[in-house]
Amino acid sequence: MIRFLLDDEEITVADAPADLTVLDWLRVHRGRTGTKEGCGSGDCGACTVVMVSANEDNGLRYESLNACIAFLGSIHGKQLLTVESLARGDDLHPVQQAMLDEHGSQCGFCTPGFVMSMFALTESADAPVVTRAGPTPAVASHSPRGEDAVAVGTHPGASRPLSSAGGWMYDLHTSDTKALSHRIDRALGGNLCRCTGYRPIKRAAAVALADRRPFLTPDKATALSDRLRALQSDSSPSDGYLRPQSLAELASLRLQYPDAPLVAGATDLALEVTQQLRSLPRIIAVNEVPELQIIEHEDTVLTVGAAASLSRLYDVCAHCLPEVAKLLLRYGSDPVRNVGTLGGNLGSASPIGDWPPVLLALGATLILQRGVDAREVAIDDYFLDYRKTALDAGEFIRAVRIKLPPANAVFAVHKVSKRMDDDISTVCAAFLIQRDADGVVQHARIGYGGMAATPKRARHVEQMLQGTGFDKDAVERACAVIGDDFQPIGDARASAHYRLTVAANVLRRVWIEQSSGETRTQATDLESYYLDASDRAIDALAENGNLSA
Amino acid sequence: MSAGTSEPHDAAYAHVTGRAIYVDDRPAVRNAVHIAVGTSTVAKGVVESLDLAAVRSAPGVVDVLCAADLPDAIDIGPVFPGDPLLVDTQVAHFGQALFAVAATSHQAARHAATMARVSYAASEPMLDVAEAIEQQHFVRPPHRMQRGDADAALATAPHRLSGELIIGGQEHFYLEGQVAHAEPTEDGGVLVHSSNQNPTETQHLVAHALGLPMHRVQVEVRRMGGGFGGKETHATAPAVFAALFATRLDRVACCRYSRRDDILLTGKRHGFVARYDVGFDDEGRILGIRHLLAGQCGHSPDLSDAIVDRAMFHADNAYYLPAVQIDGLRCRTNTVSNTAFRGFGGPQGMLAMETVIDEIAFALGKDPLHVRRLNLYDQHERNITPYHQTVQTFTVPRLLETLAQEADYAARRAEIRTFNAGSRVLKRGIALTPVKFGISFTVTHLNQAGALVHLYNDGSVLLNHGGTEMGQGLFQKVRQIVADELGMAVERVAVSATRTDKVPNTSATAASSGSDLNGMAALNAARKIRERIVAHLIAQQNADADSIQFADDQVSYSVNGSAEKRSWPEVAGAAYRARVPLSATGFYATPDIGYNREQAKGRPFYYFACGAAVTEVVIDTLTGETRVLRTDILHDVGRSINPAIDLGQIEGGYVQGLGWLTHEELVWDDKGRLLTDGPATYKIPAISDMPIDFRVALLADSPNDEATVFHSKAVGEPPLMLAISAFAAIRDAVASVADYQVFPRLNAPATPEEVLRACDELHA
Repeated sequence: MIRFLLDDEEITVADAPADLTVLDWLRVHRGRTGTKEGCGSGDCGACTVVMVSANEDNGLRYESLNACIAFLGSIHGKQLLTVESLARGDDLHPVQQAMLDEHGSQCGFCTPGFVMSMFALTESADAPVVTRAGPTPAVASHSPRGEDAVAVGTHPGASRPLSSAGGWMYDLHTSDTKALSHRIDRALGGNLCRCTGYRPIKRAAAVALADRRPFLTPDKATALSDRLRALQSDSSPSDGYLRPQSLAELASLRLQYPDAPLVAGATDLALEVTQQLRSLPRIIAVNEVPELQIIEHEDTVLTVGAAASLSRLYDVCAHCLPEVAKLLLRYGSDPVRNVGTLGGNLGSASPIGDWPPVLLALGATLILQRGVDAREVAIDDYFLDYRKTALDAGEFIRAVRIKLPPANAVFAVHKVSKRMDDDISTVCAAFLIQRDADGVVQHARIGYGGMAATPKRARHVEQMLQGTGFDKDAVERACAVIGDDFQPIGDARASAHYRLTVAANVLRRVWIEQSSGETRTQATDLESYYLDASDRAIDALAENGNLSA
Repeated sequence: MSAGTSEPHDAAYAHVTGRAIYVDDRPAVRNAVHIAVGTSTVAKGVVESLDLAAVRSAPGVVDVLCAADLPDAIDIGPVFPGDPLLVDTQVAHFGQALFAVAATSHQAARHAATMARVSYAASEPMLDVAEAIEQQHFVRPPHRMQRGDADAALATAPHRLSGELIIGGQEHFYLEGQVAHAEPTEDGGVLVHSSNQNPTETQHLVAHALGLPMHRVQVEVRRMGGGFGGKETHATAPAVFAALFATRLDRVACCRYSRRDDILLTGKRHGFVARYDVGFDDEGRILGIRHLLAGQCGHSPDLSDAIVDRAMFHADNAYYLPAVQIDGLRCRTNTVSNTAFRGFGGPQGMLAMETVIDEIAFALGKDPLHVRRLNLYDQHERNITPYHQTVQTFTVPRLLETLAQEADYAARRAEIRTFNAGSRVLKRGIALTPVKFGISFTVTHLNQAGALVHLYNDGSVLLNHGGTEMGQGLFQKVRQIVADELGMAVERVAVSATRTDKVPNTSATAASSGSDLNGMAALNAARKIRERIVAHLIAQQNADADSIQFADDQVSYSVNGSAEKRSWPEVAGAAYRARVPLSATGFYATPDIGYNREQAKGRPFYYFACGAAVTEVVIDTLTGETRVLRTDILHDVGRSINPAIDLGQIEGGYVQGLGWLTHEELVWDDKGRLLTDGPATYKIPAISDMPIDFRVALLADSPNDEATVFHSKAVGEPPLMLAISAFAAIRDAVASVADYQVFPRLNAPATPEEVLRACDELHA
């Protein structure tokens, strides 16, 4: 039995197939068509909806979700909100009003998804503070027949200048423009728009943050939280979509149905349904097992339950593993990170997953459980072959133990892909290099993804660095043996030659950043300057009224 | 005044609330069937056997169609034959339609479509454009444009260089894939709801496929979730599939391609190989040039004749070429048949020319902007194009100078060179490039449009025209034009779905012509109604003829010197009761154009739409990754009908062009299978790809000299080509690696891999 709220309506679904997606339920079963299908693979965001859950602390968590690759069972005990949920009568929600006012829609097909991602942003606990500030310059309006038609330096309402960088922050204020820019990009990075070029959408997000008002009054929020808790506690079984509530129950179901896939966020598994057209009659969902949700940070060890979401993990890594937090921002998109998990990334054992290189470098261990027996396996011993792992039949990943890098070690993570947002790595590499007081390399652990049939350590490269002073010659000698570690393939993302070249170059980057004191070696290092410059340009614009008088 | 203001898109409210209805959002009809297409898994060969037994017996299957089931082969080639709806025996590309299956659900149909057992006698596919050039493997004959004696000029020029540029294609990636629903009608015809830029063409081809006169087939298009040219001819196949099953089964039939099927089954922007041989003087002034432009057309002609022509029409871009020869080749490859995509060949021709300019500047050690200025068309001399049209009202010089100054081009270029000298890994680059884009269909007869305007007796207006809405804001612009003509509030005017039974014989909404053509046709209709009301007021209300004004959402006039004001409900009601016809059709045909293709001479374009952009980029020389740091655009839209909508076209076009020239890479394997068949591997720009600092303005005081609607200028396609500045800026950044001593051979798209390759080539 799957129970959830659609807006305020309580829904009970007893007989849906286990692999029915939220999108098909909405569009086909429910006839609620505001939510669109653009790709069916969680890559475009047209299907974005918001899932509301009750927090441990009686609050509510609003998270964006790709409806096209979420199974209906995954929203058990939650509230599902779609683009139709936001307006109250004729009164648009601030994100809708901002998208309309700022000309954020053209063809409109991606718009519902953007609206929902933006809505999740405005309801998020760490929503940036934006205020309206500064005067709005008066700009002459334009009459096409007028004798004195002047510069069309006008925006909607004939009052704002046409300038994009300015367009998105113009007349708004925030304490840290770069942080705001990144936060908006993070929230909207999983939504593709083919029409606008994004400027008016980014602007709309900033405006919506300025005009933000809580979606629910505190009373209503508390009532909703109670209601969701009550729904959640209904664990009446369903045939296909199994939702174990405890570690013991999971362990026994796993033994009973060793061939049933385990699922947490389904962001990979669902593609087998929507792309390969497989049917999955029985699924074991691990999300509701409390032991799999833990994230514990003790001294030098981070223990992460297999089903903890990447978004929650991001919040923790931002404090204790900033290099990994940075990587996570380029790992899928918010709707993927909100449900995707570390356990899923390891369970699917993709050679291009982004966690394995990090775990290989840090020497993590996996806690695997079968029945009542648990064992701890080093990450080095976990990946056996293409999508084959050390997991036995009936076994599952319970948690991952990550040793944090020692304070004096060099720890770096580099991801290379065609696109910044929501792209699978061409190459992803993580480096842990420990040196003694004289600068001699004592230990080097280097993990690569995208270079072989499994994620893999670069053992030849590590050996070449061992005992060296990590100087230019040593790094070059190490780069020269990378072909001994890897014989990558060429595919849609890049050629084998590029992969090998870049695999070496990211090691060179680690050396450059360590040795030369050169502070700007990555394109993102230049962002602040250009964001600030656009602010200055807008100030000038406000004085002149337009750009091209 | 309604026109000239930044009103929201007419459907903005519906978009943001999820109420906007796209074809697949139409209320489910009981008993509808859903269609999926089974496709080939070789790029070239003969189908030896097609066993559909498992398809027919798959769960939910209602009907299956293959070529053998059709009484006559159906060819849906829009201009020339060559596009079989279903393959009979000869497979010409990987992913070509072999059969179609109708089932009780979308999933059931897709699943069934995978069940066929097909055997092929596969043969070696032609996949390479260079090889197709070599073997003269063409879908249409070569074509040449020339003026002066290029060979002689090249032979005597003080400097001469030649080069080659490989230009990748582009997947449209409209967010809404191809989709059509067909409903059988009581007279044996069909009503087709289609996401379609070209409803008349689809009506024609559906009627042909069903053996019906066009009046029994109607096509309705309320809106598309993006088109970009991809729904000009390739929207027809799903409509024909739906119509065939609808009439065979007498049930509503829905055909929606999955994203992967859409990418495999439908054409893309043409890849090109461009070769050039140019002679120039010491200053960089071009004396003679030969261009070869070879488009990868895929397996059939589709629109490729006109597309390669448009590449040729834009191989001058904004520059006067005193002695010129341009050859265009239409290469046949065993890939999907490439089609219209925003710019329609123009971007590829223009990119070739801008590469020539950059290389000349390099050869002479000059700022490319200097060479650009030197070669721009003049106002009075040096103003004849390679196709013998005189360039009039050429705003590029003004755009270029204003932009260079406002974007601080010279100082920034100098500062960037200083930065690069001190930066080991990151290198920045900058470039300013102009755009001159010819406006009109080069097939002259297409330059016509119709409209239908009703004034109801409550004073509300319903507007219909032959143009289709794909997000470009056409409906809103034309609505503002009609409201403006009648002096009424824009809210009084509603726009209804494009339908072939309201306005017949329409041209595709393409070639940036939507507002120019349909706006004029609607204006013509609205003016007729206005004139009838004027006549009515004079004849029956004794209004003083000179006093009648349509403004401020009312009609005012004087009767024997005393002022009268009437609201629209009053005016319309009175006119209705006086039996004045309140419905009018409008029509427009672009004047003064004509082109003789055989002689490659004439005036194919009514006017030119121009713009210019400066882009600054940074490249990471360790990985080849790029980032756009700042973009300044100044674009000429004439007198804007709706500045916000025009701005949206400019920004969106630029970013779409940026995608084409940077991340968007089509990769085939050596068997001709497209590997980048979904958004996981084919990367269109996302939000972080927007220039960090993005400044866009419309050129002031620049009404179109031609009598276009409100003296505006077309804006749909031209801004895409502003992104050429980003490509040139990346090339500038790459050149810094060898201290600007060697011209980088950078091909498009400038993916991280391509940028790194170009950098490493300079190191070597």
